Amino acid sequence: MINYIWFFMILAGVITAASKGQIHLVTEGILKGSEQAVVISLGLIGVISFWSGVMKIAQDAGLMEIIARALGPLARRLFPSVPYDHPAMGSLLVAMSANILGLGNACTPLGLKAMAELQELNRDKTIASDAMCTFMSITSSSLTIIPTTIIALRLTHGSAIPTEVIGPIAFATTCSTLMAIGADLAFRRLGKRR
Amino acid sequence: MSLAIQGLSRWAIPMLLLGITTLGLSKRVSIYESFVEGAQEGWRSAVRILPYLVGMLVAIQVFEQSGALGQLINFLSPVTQWLGFPREVLPLALMRPISGSGSLAILSQTLDTFGPDSFIGRLAATVMGSSETTLYVLTVYAGSVGLKRTRHTLAASLLSDVAGALGALYIVLRYFG
Repeated sequence: MINYIWFFMILAGVITAASKGQIHLVTEGILKGSEQAVVISLGLIGVISFWSGVMKIAQDAGLMEIIARALGPLARRLFPSVPYDHPAMGSLLVAMSANILGLGNACTPLGLKAMAELQELNRDKTIASDAMCTFMSITSSSLTIIPTTIIALRLTHGSAIPTEVIGPIAFATTCSTLMAIGADLAFRRLGKRR
Repeated sequence: MSLAIQGLSRWAIPMLLLGITTLGLSKRVSIYESFVEGAQEGWRSAVRILPYLVGMLVAIQVFEQSGALGQLINFLSPVTQWLGFPREVLPLALMRPISGSGSLAILSQTLDTFGPDSFIGRLAATVMGSSETTLYVLTVYAGSVGLKRTRHTLAASLLSDVAGALGALYIVLRYFG
């Protein structure tokens, strides 16, 4: 998918520039884009390192287990098809906790572990189970409370109060997560009726 | 409510930092060592995104500088205008579910053009934070266990992206407006 979108942007850019008789715009775009990439990624190094460090302290102090315990009752309602004492439940909670904390690189490996354990409970190995659909929908709706990358980006662009969007983001991401849960439930019921 | 959100926004990071270091010390974690260990991982991930950013930003710049993006937005803006969603944030909202690095690049450019503390800048940041890279999550998660059918997951995820974008518009209008 990303291949087609990438190619589409290049193709559309070249065609549009050529049709305007200003093909040099493409070359300018290339130079500008590569320079921007370096400025952004170098500008982010400090603050990403800082938060990765803080989150490592949280992990070593057992904050993940604390969150998993607090979320236990909620998880049983979200994933009624997963037995409470099955390892899949623990993995689901740890993966979602990592997401809530915004652990970035840790999220995908933890999520894949949860998927592997859900697959053990799955009857048809080629079709996603109810719990898998719920888990993937929720994960792709974003659970992160402190969006460190966005705050860092606002900081590098000279925002007066880079963190002022945390509250609005918490609201918007709650909307998207509730919609993910609601839509998943509605589609599942519709599917069963058929 | 907006006062509470404002308070949460300003206090969240300092309290999180103080809370986590306090928790760490009370659990006898050597917090400084843990921090440095984790921070090294951060350095690596910042460097790892560079090639993605170069690839995506070059394509975006070519797409935009040439005027092709403007044409696409003109094409789509009647629909979003009907919803009251500003056209300047449309490219980001369209890219968000498709590519994490791509939408990060668009966000960066939006902040550059309009300023991070403008209405557009704040809305863009909120739209960015309201969702995840849906296609990436689905591809990687489903692929890892060899699923051929994900049933309604893509539909539910895309609906949640729309809800997130509209929720962002509502709260930014109310909270900063």
